[in-house]
Amino acid sequence: MNAARKLTYRDALREAMREAMQRDGRVFVMGEDVGRYGGTYAVTKGLLEEFGAERVRDTPLSELAFVGTGIGAALGGMRPIVEVMTVNFSLLALDQIVNNAATIRHMSGGQFSIPLVIRMTTGAGRQLAAQHSHSLEGWYAHVPGIKVLAPATVEDARGMLWPALEDPDPVLIFEHAQLFGVTAEVSEGAVVDIRHAKVAREGANVTLITYGGMLPKALQAAQELVADGIEAEVIDLRVLRPLDSESFLASVRKTRRAVVIDEGWRSGSLSAEISARIMEQAFFDLDAPVARVCSEEVPIPYPKHLEDAALPQVDKIVAAARALFGAAAQ
Amino acid sequence: MSRGIASYGREFCLRLVRNMLRIRRMEERCAQLYGEGKIRGFLHLYIGEEAVATGVMANLRAEDAVVATYREHGHALLRGISMNAIMAEMFGKREGCSRGRGGSMHLFDAATRFYGGNAIVGGGLPIALGLALAHRLQSIRPVTACVFGEGAIAEGVFHESMNLAALWQLPVLFCCENNLYAMGTALARSESQTDLAKKASSYNMTSASVDGMDVLAVYETAKSASAYVRETGKPYFLELQTYRFRAHSMFDPELYRDKAEVEEWKKRGPIHNFTQQLKRAGLMSEEDFLAIDHEVLAEVEASVAFAEAGQWEPVEDLTRDVYTEAT
Repeated sequence: MNAARKLTYRDALREAMREAMQRDGRVFVMGEDVGRYGGTYAVTKGLLEEFGAERVRDTPLSELAFVGTGIGAALGGMRPIVEVMTVNFSLLALDQIVNNAATIRHMSGGQFSIPLVIRMTTGAGRQLAAQHSHSLEGWYAHVPGIKVLAPATVEDARGMLWPALEDPDPVLIFEHAQLFGVTAEVSEGAVVDIRHAKVAREGANVTLITYGGMLPKALQAAQELVADGIEAEVIDLRVLRPLDSESFLASVRKTRRAVVIDEGWRSGSLSAEISARIMEQAFFDLDAPVARVCSEEVPIPYPKHLEDAALPQVDKIVAAARALFGAAAQ
Repeated sequence: MSRGIASYGREFCLRLVRNMLRIRRMEERCAQLYGEGKIRGFLHLYIGEEAVATGVMANLRAEDAVVATYREHGHALLRGISMNAIMAEMFGKREGCSRGRGGSMHLFDAATRFYGGNAIVGGGLPIALGLALAHRLQSIRPVTACVFGEGAIAEGVFHESMNLAALWQLPVLFCCENNLYAMGTALARSESQTDLAKKASSYNMTSASVDGMDVLAVYETAKSASAYVRETGKPYFLELQTYRFRAHSMFDPELYRDKAEVEEWKKRGPIHNFTQQLKRAGLMSEEDFLAIDHEVLAEVEASVAFAEAGQWEPVEDLTRDVYTEAT
């Protein structure tokens, strides 16, 4: 049996990178302040000292150029890990991600693949206002040719990087800013896959479908629903593209009710896609319409009370789930 | 030219003529095929600029990498992709160099390290940096040639890439084909500084400008530039001053430039001028030229027949190659 250790989400990400760099000489890290500064969120702290400046590369504030350089380096036989400070900044590199990373395999008739990993922070909750707080992973999940991961647990923070690096296609990893300090026990050498969603909590009455930073809130809501006699099943999507529909459809067929919790804005969101798939493939298994708890349609505001009001919260999830049971459960 | 034309030798010079003609005749045929509806989408012809690709590509080795733009038929051909595979790609056939998935703007070939055909202006520059970085990290010494037009200079990615290449001292040969018009926008209407070499020097990058209508001048300058990149591992910015004789694409009515200007540049036509030089020097006769042209035209017709005979990819395979494994 593998020994278990307590780790923070941040340490798990760092250990994963260190291990990858030890295992494979083709792996290197680049991004803004990943070296001397130690990473904006201290994820890369210590890597420069251990692996040197050729493999831990501080870049200028040139997201478009260094993300594209990652694509080229992957084409050239390396296994780059590119860190982008936040998803909002990744918009400066959107052209390279969408027009090159996602297309070159297809446009070249399968001759070239791009084994690139791009890590970035996503999500709100730290009063950083409207240019550092958005959850745009749903946009990326729209694009064929890239894979999108959202580690919500310390185990996934530790385990997703290696299979992402082994994947021949470009993989984006979204790390929620609120999760960096989360601590949990992780088994040594635990192997995780990057294909399937996971049942984070079993339950029979309603399915809460979520990912990333919203997983702890969904689990909390499930806990509170017990008092109403509602046993919620919680699905951690883990992989946002390609979506593992079978996992959440199987759960919904069992519970007959679904609430989708997504920190992205409601309109045109990932939650809309999940809701549509349930409608298309499990409509006759439903006892109630699919419900959604998403961010309000507003750029995330600075003051705490307004930021809180803009985001999905436990009470909103609980209310949305209860409403699916009609007056009897209220 | 400081060096006499005779010193290059007849064989070398005739090869340059042949290479320029292969681009010219292939593209003239492409324009025709476009009219017939055999080639669709956007078709950007390189006619008038052949000396640039011919002079630059002659200096690259098999281990080198090439990143190009959507006006890349000539570079792809001279890099060694067969005319058959290029023509089949233009037709959208499975036998094309990108399996028909790319078309004119997205020619790719792993065997010759030809990394596309990129239809986003400036989109290939960071890719070239990455290839060069990969070479550096693997301790190997190829040159990465990155071809782009002067229109790319207005893009932010140009400045980011020039800075990063110079900062990290990456072995990239930047080949800026300055044909004076970014689609319909003249350089002076889009750039506050039209001396492109000055842009390179602002990034502490070595540079040169050359008459891109003179194939030997291009060859010599690209020779020094590629040798510099190969030996020092540092980047180099090469401006190739040229002119496209045809419209930007097949949809362009050319309202933005004078017909007289086009005619003036045509007098500097790279094939015509070089063949005249060769004839004057006694290195080539009219018969030699006609013989080459005859062979080239046969190659073109064979490529059209090859493309015609090619297969359409079955619709069942529509989503192949989106991911390495089917998902």
